Amino acid sequence: MPQSFSQRRFLALCRKETLQIVRDPSSLLISVILPLVMLVIFGYGLNLDANRIRVGLVLEDQGDEAREFASELVGSRYFTVVSGPRLEMTQALANGKVRGVLVLASDFGRRTLLHPGEAPIQILTDGAEPNTASFVENYVEGAWKVWQQHRANQRGLPMPTSMDVEARFWFNPSAKSRNYLIPGSITIIMTVIGALLTSLVVAREWERGTMEALLATPMTRAEFLLSKILPYYGLGILSLLVCVAAAIFILGVPFRGSVGALLLVGTVFLLSSLGMGLLLSTLTRNQFNAAQAALNAAFMPAMMLSGFIYEIRSMPLIVQAVSRLIPARYFVTSMQTLFQAGDVWPVLVLDLFYLSIAAIYFLGMTWRKTARSLD
Amino acid sequence: MGTDPTPSTIRTDPVVEIRQLQKLFKKTAKPAIETLTMVIRPGKVTGLVGPDGAGKTTLLRLLAGLLHPTSGTVRVMGLDPITDAEKVRSIIGYMPQKFGLYEDLTVLENLELYAALRNVVGERRESDFSRLLAFTDLKTFTERRAGKLSGGMKQKLGLACTLLGTPQILLLDEASVGVDPISRRELWRMVQVLVDGGLAVVWSTAYLDEAELCAEVLLLHEGRLLFDGPPSQLTDRVKGRCRLIRDISGSRRQVLSRVLRCGSVMDGVVQGRNVRILLKKGSEEADLSQVDLGASARIDVGAARFEDGFIDILGGGPGGDSVLAEHIPRVPHAAEVVIEARALTKRFGDFTAADHIDFSVHGGEIFGLLGPNGAGKSTTFKMMCGLLVPTSGIATVMGIDLKRSASEARQRIGYMAQKFSLYGSLTVRQNLLFFAGIYGLQGDRKREAIDQMIRVFAFEPLVNVIADTLPLGFKQRLALACAVMHEPPILFLDEPTSGVDPITRREFWTHINGVVEKGVTVMVTTHFMDEAEYCDRIGLVYRGKLIAAGTPDELKEKAARPGLEDPTMEDAFIELVQGYSA
Repeated sequence: MPQSFSQRRFLALCRKETLQIVRDPSSLLISVILPLVMLVIFGYGLNLDANRIRVGLVLEDQGDEAREFASELVGSRYFTVVSGPRLEMTQALANGKVRGVLVLASDFGRRTLLHPGEAPIQILTDGAEPNTASFVENYVEGAWKVWQQHRANQRGLPMPTSMDVEARFWFNPSAKSRNYLIPGSITIIMTVIGALLTSLVVAREWERGTMEALLATPMTRAEFLLSKILPYYGLGILSLLVCVAAAIFILGVPFRGSVGALLLVGTVFLLSSLGMGLLLSTLTRNQFNAAQAALNAAFMPAMMLSGFIYEIRSMPLIVQAVSRLIPARYFVTSMQTLFQAGDVWPVLVLDLFYLSIAAIYFLGMTWRKTARSLD
Repeated sequence: MGTDPTPSTIRTDPVVEIRQLQKLFKKTAKPAIETLTMVIRPGKVTGLVGPDGAGKTTLLRLLAGLLHPTSGTVRVMGLDPITDAEKVRSIIGYMPQKFGLYEDLTVLENLELYAALRNVVGERRESDFSRLLAFTDLKTFTERRAGKLSGGMKQKLGLACTLLGTPQILLLDEASVGVDPISRRELWRMVQVLVDGGLAVVWSTAYLDEAELCAEVLLLHEGRLLFDGPPSQLTDRVKGRCRLIRDISGSRRQVLSRVLRCGSVMDGVVQGRNVRILLKKGSEEADLSQVDLGASARIDVGAARFEDGFIDILGGGPGGDSVLAEHIPRVPHAAEVVIEARALTKRFGDFTAADHIDFSVHGGEIFGLLGPNGAGKSTTFKMMCGLLVPTSGIATVMGIDLKRSASEARQRIGYMAQKFSLYGSLTVRQNLLFFAGIYGLQGDRKREAIDQMIRVFAFEPLVNVIADTLPLGFKQRLALACAVMHEPPILFLDEPTSGVDPITRREFWTHINGVVEKGVTVMVTTHFMDEAEYCDRIGLVYRGKLIAAGTPDELKEKAARPGLEDPTMEDAFIELVQGYSA
C-alpha cells in the first residue's frame, strides 16, 4: 500500500492539533504552569544544603573559652541554637525538636588549653537523619578549627593543627546543591511533560471515535504520526525554555552553555520522551491508562535512576546497568554539564548518541504499533 | 419509501460485492460475521438492520477497509479495500458512530480538516463547502464549535464531512440512534436526495422501524444474514397474520399473558391501550373467542411490520408468563402516588439539563421518560433515584424526600442501569452475592433470595460462568435478577432493552409486565419509540423540559390531524415538539 506523503494533509492535521492545543487549557497548563510549579517545588523544597538546623547546646563549663566558642556557634548561619541543661536537651533530641546536641562539658576550658589539637566537644546527633547528623558533626568540627585559629592569631601563637584542609568545588564554586539539582529537575520535568502531553493525544482520538473517521480517509501513517509529534514538540521546547529561563532568572542558577547546544540536546531528548508518550497512547487507546502509564514509566525511573539525586556510581552494578536504559540519565548529565560547565562536547555527543537511540526506539515502536486498520 | 430512480440515468450494477465473507476476532470464538454473500447497488438505501452485536459495524468496517476479512472477498467498485485502500477510501464516505467530529473545532474547521484529508482542494473545495452547508442547513453555524451543536446538528455535520469529495458509496453507522425524531426525519430526507442522485447508501440501524424506509434490507442477527431483500418481502411473510385487540376493558397485560398461552399465537406485545398479536402460519382463521379478552374487546386485522417478519424468522416470541412474577410477593399499596417530581431542576454551570420537571407515578404503573439523547432523561432519572442532587425542586419516592434521606429511599428501589451494569469478570453467583450484599440482605434472607433467583431464572447450570461470557439474554436476566432480589416495590430501568433483539426484549417485558401486575411500580427511560408503547403513561422530554405527559394513546390523539389520522409514537413526538416550540 504505497501511499505518498501529502504535505497538505500533514499541514491540515498539524493545524487541527494546534487548534486543539490552543483551545484545550489543559495542554497549556501541562506545558507552562506545571513545569513552573514543579521547578519551584524542586528549587525550594528539594535542598541538600543544611540551613538553620536546630541544635541544642549544653553549656556545663562557664569559663571564658566555653562561652567564646558557644557564641561562635550561636552566631553561625547554619544553626539555630537553643540551650539548656543536658537532660532537657537530650529529651529534645529524642523528641525531634533539635537535630543535634553539643555538650561543652565542665572541663572544656581546661582541655582546650591542655590539648589544643583536639576538640573536647560531645556531639549527639539523630542517626535517623544521617545527612543532617554528619553535617552537624562536620560543621562543629569546622567551627572548632576556625575558633582555634582565631584564638591562635589573637595570641600570636602558631596554628596548632598539623593539617589544614581547604575544600574548593570546581564548576560549582559556591557548592550549592541547587546548582546541580535544578538542571536535574528540569530533566525530570521534561520527561514527565513530554510523556504526559503525547500520552493523551492518540488515546483521545480512539476514545472520541475520530480515529475511525481518520482511518477511513486517505491519510497515511507518517502524516498522522508527524502531526502528533510536531505541535507537541513545539510545546515541549516551549516548556524547556520556560524552565531554563526560570532557573536562570528566578532561581539564580548560572548557565554556562550555549542556547544552540541546549536546543539540540533538548530536541533529541524530547523526541524520546514524546515518543514514549505516543507509544503508550497508541498501545492503551485509553487516555486515563495512558496518562497513568506515562507518569509511572517516565517519572519514577527518571527520579530514581537518572543520577539526578542518587549517585549512579554508588548503586549496585545491576541497577547501574538498568539506569543506562533511562533516557533521562543522559539528559541529566547534559543539562548539568550545560548549566555548570558549558558546552563540553565530548560529554554532550555521547549523551546525544544514547538519546538518539532512545528516540529512534520509541518512535519506531510507535510507527510499528500505529494501526492502519481496526483489527 | 425507497424509490428506484430511472435506470436510464443511473447504473445499477452492484458497487459492492461480498462473497463468502467471514470475520473472526481472536478473542471471541463465535464469528462476528458468518459466511456472508451479498451485493449493494447504487441509487438506493441498503439498510443494515439488526440488534447490537449482530455484526453491522463489523461489516461496515470491512467495507471501509478498516478490518481485514478472515476469509472471503470484499470488492468495492471492483477494488479490494485493503490492497487498494487509497482508491477505495476516496470512493467511500464513512461516518462512524459518534460521527467522527472534533468537538473543539468549529463547524468550518471540521470541514476544512476533512476536505484536506480527502484531497478536496481549490474551487472544488469552496463549491463543496457552500453546497454542503446549504444542504445541511449549517450555514449560520460555521463558527460554532462542534461540541456545542445539538445531536441533530452534529449528525448533519458528520454527514457533510463524509460527503466531501463526492464519494459514490456512503456508509452510515447508526447515524440516527439516539437522535431526536425531527433530526432523524431530516436526515432521511437528505439521504433520499443523495440516493436519487445515484449514490449508494448503506445505513446501519438498531431501529427495526427504520428498515421499512430502506429499499433493500440486510437483516443481521448474531453475525448471520437472516434476510436479504426489499422490506416489503419480509412483511409479506406475515401478511394477514397480525391482529389488534382493541377496547380492552381490563388489564392489557393480563390479556396479553392469556392470549400468548393460546397455541395459535406466536407473538404479542402491548401497544398503547391495545394488544398486538401475530398468529402462527396457517392459523390465520384461529378463533380467539375462547380466550378471555374481556367483555368489550374486539379484534381487528393489523398491518404487518418489519419486526413481525423478524420474529417470524426467529420462530416466534417467548411465552407470556413470568416465573419471576409468580415468585415475588404482592406489593400491597393501592393507586396512591409512589414517585413524584415537583419542579425538579438540575443545572450544570449555565446549562440547564432538567428544567422544572413535574410528574407523578402511581403504584403498579409503568411510567416512561421518552426523549432523544441529551434531552435530560438520564439527569431526571438520576435525581429520582438519589444519584444526583437537584439544583431545585423536590423528588420523592414513597413519600421520602431524596434530598434528605437518599439511602433510605434507595432501599426501596431496584435499579437496572444502561447496558446491564454487571461485574463482567465475576461469575453469576458472585454477581448475585454482591448485589444481595449492597442491598443489605443478610444471612438466611440473602441465601434464600439468591437461591430463588437461581431457580426462577434457571441459572443452575450457569452459576459459575463468568458474566461477560453469558449470551445477551442471560445477561439481561442476571441484571434483572440483581435489581429485584431484595424485592423492591419500585423498579428503575435505564434504557433496559436498547439495541437488544426483539425476542430478548419481549422476554424482558414479560417479566416487567408480570411484576407490575403484582403491584410493583416501574419507571423507565428510553429513546426507542416502540419501547414507549409498553408504558401506561409516558412523559416526553425534550431539551430539558417535559413537554407532554399522558398515556401513549392520549399523546397520539393529541398529534392526530387531518392527513395524519393514525399517528405513530414518533409522529406524536414530532407534532408535540413542534407544537411546543411554536
